[in-house]
Amino acid sequence: MVIEGLFYTEEHEWAKVNGNTATIGITHHAQEMLGEITFVELPAVGKEVEQKGELAVVESSKAASDVYSPVTGMVTKVNSDLESTPEQINQDCYNAGWICTMKITDVSTIDNLMDSKKYEEYLKGL
Amino acid sequence: MSFISNTKEQQKDMLADIGSTIDDLFSDIPAELMTDEFNLPKGLTEQQVRGALAEIADKNYINLTCFLGGGFYDHFIPAAVYSVISRSEFYTAYTPYQPELSQGTLQAIYEYQSAICRLTEMEVANASLYDGGTAIYEAMMMALRVTGRNKVIVDDSVNPIYRVMIDSYTKNLSIQLEQVECTDGQANRREIFKKLDNDTAAVILQNPNFFGCIDDFSDIADAVHKKGALMIVSCYPISLGILKTPGAMGADIVVGEGQSLGMPMSFGGPYLGFMSSRMKYVRKMPGRIVGKTNDRLGRRSFVLTLQAREQHIRRDKATSNICSNEALCALTAHVYLSLMGKEGLRETAQLCADKASYAYHKLTAIPGVKPRFKAKWFFNEFVLDLPCEAADVIARLIEKGFAAGFPLSRYYENMENAILICVTEKRTKQQIGMLAEALETCL
Repeated sequence: MVIEGLFYTEEHEWAKVNGNTATIGITHHAQEMLGEITFVELPAVGKEVEQKGELAVVESSKAASDVYSPVTGMVTKVNSDLESTPEQINQDCYNAGWICTMKITDVSTIDNLMDSKKYEEYLKGL
Repeated sequence: MSFISNTKEQQKDMLADIGSTIDDLFSDIPAELMTDEFNLPKGLTEQQVRGALAEIADKNYINLTCFLGGGFYDHFIPAAVYSVISRSEFYTAYTPYQPELSQGTLQAIYEYQSAICRLTEMEVANASLYDGGTAIYEAMMMALRVTGRNKVIVDDSVNPIYRVMIDSYTKNLSIQLEQVECTDGQANRREIFKKLDNDTAAVILQNPNFFGCIDDFSDIADAVHKKGALMIVSCYPISLGILKTPGAMGADIVVGEGQSLGMPMSFGGPYLGFMSSRMKYVRKMPGRIVGKTNDRLGRRSFVLTLQAREQHIRRDKATSNICSNEALCALTAHVYLSLMGKEGLRETAQLCADKASYAYHKLTAIPGVKPRFKAKWFFNEFVLDLPCEAADVIARLIEKGFAAGFPLSRYYENMENAILICVTEKRTKQQIGMLAEALETCL
C-alpha cells in the first residue's frame, strides 16, 4: 500500500512534505516486514539529523531496526502516543503511526526521494 | 555432543570433495607465523602425566585458613547447592538455543532475576553477565546509552580489578573517565560533586568498598539525579542481608560479583556478574532477560524477552557484545539464596559482621597494629596498618597456615604496610585467636 503525494526512501521511510516541514513514518511494506511492533525509540525534539542519518529505532518481536531520516533537518515534534501504543504503526502507518515531524534545513535533500510511482516500482523490483 | 570421527581417509574424501588441500585451507596465515616446531617435550604415558600434574598441583597451598577477601569470599556452601545444580536437566553453561523449549532453565533464570531484584531492591534484573568486572563495565555503557553523555566518575575505592577492566575495555573509546580518590575510606563527596556536571553520564561507587568500609550513598544519588546522571553501585550480595540496599539509596543500576552466593573461590572463575536496574531503563539493559507470560492455551510460560536488542539480531548496534549469560552460575546463586532464605541470609551477614568486628578488636590489640581509617563502619573486611611491609608478613603467615589477607600496596600507593583482612561466617573464634597469635610473632 503506497499513498500518492508522499515521498519515499529505499529504506522504506515516508515523508509528507509541507513547505519546509516534513512528517515522517515508515511504510506499509516496512511494518509488514517487521511484524508486530512492540516499541518505538523516539528521537529527542531538537535533534539534528542528516539525510540517511539515524532518526529512531523501531522494535518488533523479530528485530530492532533503525529508522533513517528521509531529509536533512531538525526534529520538531514526536508522536508520543507510540510510547504506549506502538502498534499504531502496524494499524495505520501513514496517519496515526507517524513518528515525528521535522523542520527541513536542506530542502534539496527532498530531490533524492522517490515519489509514490517510483516507490511502487521499487517495491516490485525487490 | 556425539563423537565425530575424522580419519585420514575421511579427510582425503572431504578435501577431494571441495577440491582443496590442507595447506590451501591454511593459506591465509602468513608464512612467517607458520611453524613445524612447537618446542614441546616428548610424549608421556598417562600415569606419568598424572604424576607430573599432581606435582604441580601440590605447589598450591590448599588448606590455609582463609582471611582473604577483596572481591571473592570464602562462604559456606551447603551440599544441596551442588546436588540441585548438577542435575543433568540444568547442567549447561549457557542459555540453550531454542530457549523456549527449555522451560525449566528459563524458569530458573526468571526466579534468579526475581531474587536479584529483591536482594538489591530494584525493579528489573537481567539473566546475568560474566563477572563483577564486566557487569560494572556494562553498567557504565548502559548509562552512556541512557544519558547520551560520555563522562564517567569512578570512586577509587571501587575494586581495583574492576577499574582495570573498565580501563582496558574503554581504552579505545572516547569516554572521559574521572577517578576520585576516596578520603579516609569513604567516597569523597566534595571531589565527586566538584566533577559532577551536565556532561556526566554516571558516578560509579561500591558498597562495601574495596576497603570493606560501608556507606550510604543516598546524598550522592540526589546530587547525581539533579544533574540528570545515573548512579551505579557495585555491591557484595551477602552484605545486603543486613545493609541498606543500593535500591533504597536511589541507585539506578546495581551490579556486583555473585561468587559469594554459593560459588567456590577457584582461580578466577567461572563467576557471576549480576545486574539490576529501574524498569524505565530496561530497553537499554545489556544481555538477555527472561519474562513470564501465558501461552495460547493460557498456561504460564517463560520466554526470552527484549531479545531484539541482542547481538545476533542487532549486530554492531546491540546493547552489548555479551550475548549469553552465566546460566549455571546464576542457577547456583538462585539455589543458594533459596536454601538460605531471607532469615538465613540475614543471619549469615550478621555472623560475618560480628566475627569481623571481633577479629578487628583482637588484631588491633596487638602492639604496633593500627586501624588504617578513622571511620569504624565496615562489614566483614577492614584495613590494618602493620609496623612493617604487609606483603612480607603475609608471606610469613602462609608458612604458618594462614591466608591472612590482601597486601593493598599491590593496587594503591602509600599503602606498603596496609593489609586487607576479611572474616566470613566460616571463621571460628579459635581461628581468629590463632591468627592474632601468629600475626604477633610475624611482625
